[in-house]
Amino acid sequence: MAFFEGSNMTAGYGDGPDIINSCSINVNRGEIVAILGPNGAGKSTAMKAMLGLLKLKSGSVTIDGQDISKMSPQDRVKSGISFVPQTKNVFAELTVKENLEVGAFLRKDDVKEVVEKIFQLFPILKEKSSQVVGQLSGGQRQQVALGRALMINPSVLMLDEPTAGVSPIVMDELFEHIIKVKNTNVGIIMVEQNAKQALSISDRGYVLVTGENKFEGSGIELLNDPEVRRSFLGA
Amino acid sequence: MEILNAIILLLNYTVIPALTYGSQLALGAIFVTLIYGVLRFANFATGDMMSFGTMFAVLLTYYFQSLGISFGVLPTALLTIPFAIFMMILYMFTIDKFVFSYYRIKKSPPVQLAMVSVGVMFVTQAIIRIIIGPFDRRFLDGEKFILKASEFKEMTGLSEGLTIKSTQVITIFITVIVVMIMFWFLNKTKTGTSMRAYSDNEDLALLSGIDPKKVVMITWIIAGVLATIGGILYGLDKSYRPFVYFNNMLPIFAAAIVGGIGNPYGAFLGGYVIAFAEIFLTYAYKKFFVYILPESLEPNSMVQLLSTDYKFAISFSILVIVLLFRPSGIFEGKKI
Repeated sequence: MAFFEGSNMTAGYGDGPDIINSCSINVNRGEIVAILGPNGAGKSTAMKAMLGLLKLKSGSVTIDGQDISKMSPQDRVKSGISFVPQTKNVFAELTVKENLEVGAFLRKDDVKEVVEKIFQLFPILKEKSSQVVGQLSGGQRQQVALGRALMINPSVLMLDEPTAGVSPIVMDELFEHIIKVKNTNVGIIMVEQNAKQALSISDRGYVLVTGENKFEGSGIELLNDPEVRRSFLGA
Repeated sequence: MEILNAIILLLNYTVIPALTYGSQLALGAIFVTLIYGVLRFANFATGDMMSFGTMFAVLLTYYFQSLGISFGVLPTALLTIPFAIFMMILYMFTIDKFVFSYYRIKKSPPVQLAMVSVGVMFVTQAIIRIIIGPFDRRFLDGEKFILKASEFKEMTGLSEGLTIKSTQVITIFITVIVVMIMFWFLNKTKTGTSMRAYSDNEDLALLSGIDPKKVVMITWIIAGVLATIGGILYGLDKSYRPFVYFNNMLPIFAAAIVGGIGNPYGAFLGGYVIAFAEIFLTYAYKKFFVYILPESLEPNSMVQLLSTDYKFAISFSILVIVLLFRPSGIFEGKKI
């Protein structure tokens, strides 16, 4: 059984139709898992269901063997699941340092050490620590978002399109940072549009179509699967 | 000598009153901006909430006076501030629980909440009318003047006198202290940071474990402190006429918008911008020019740009001009 696991999840927004249908995703610590698929496939929805931002109609979410399907998102964050939304993922009017501090509000211990750790991981943040985040570049903001999410010392990190809207160079840099985070024994689930690049750094990948698992396998398997290539990788 | 007289004249009739009035507006404007930034609606009950808090200060002042309690040379009303603030906050919590929270949980649009606050305004006005009535009340006691015009003339030998009323000094002094404490709280404490974070990005704040109920509660507490102190200072300086506070809402909103709504630094400075504009544009400069110009150039008219009856028109014009040309406010800076 995997460390963090959503199994047979069915869910939708409010009373609307089901967006994901019996969808299963899991991740172990120190592993990167990519969720891919066409627009409207339910990639972000699957992730939000795992965080508890929408209610499951059936299925379950477990972490470390413990069922958390009924927990509120805040309580799930407390149990070590951190989430970086696609948009509005930083406090734009707060400084870098304040963003990190807010990220650590759920911790009761001294946060100075953790802040230092984040600064080691993202050196640029140390340089800009007293600057308002709204004045930073897109790539730097994404680093703030990652840093904020890492402040609770999570065991699982979920990223919703971390490279949306940043230049290819910044994208490579962000992926490097994501690998660094993975190497600190954090399990990472990410939804990505840049499928090829995402698969190249992922240990495993899932391809969702209309809310169901269509393909899954290791990054290399998916990259070399002719059907996946034809339908989703554009080659 | 003539120049000195001219300067004293301006100080006496424009600068000091404007600083006082500006401080009173600034407190109200920060109140508006705070509610707007955190709870996301324009609170039209602002003026009457200030009036409500002041009402308790007036009643308690009378009660204290009847008991023979006084604050020496300072107004007794200052002693009543903590009690008045307590009652104000209690009232705000009650209203929030029974009125605003319902719309907040439903995630109603800000316009709807603003309309609801108009309802709260009418109810608050009615409660004030029932408790204290609509009449003008003076509740200032203690020493009225720190410096009298005649004393100043004796001291300096100038023909122009400078009057400093105790309420003016008290107003400016208390405002500076309150605002300093508030900015320290917002910027340096964990609770203040969580308020700013909640105001900036509600969803992310929730995910970071910030308790929205606590943020709302703290916001009303700060708002209660600002409303009551602002109201009492205004009442001491002028007099307590319950419904004048409703009229003051225009300059207060103008100050908040000039400063960029949601930005407390801007609201603080905005209060002074509005006050100085109102007073400088409605002051009759005849005497000033008599002092500084040679006799042949002395003006015959009052040299008053606008009659004081038009002082609200000034706030309103500034409001319109700012909304047309700099809708985000004239001051750069971060929101709360």
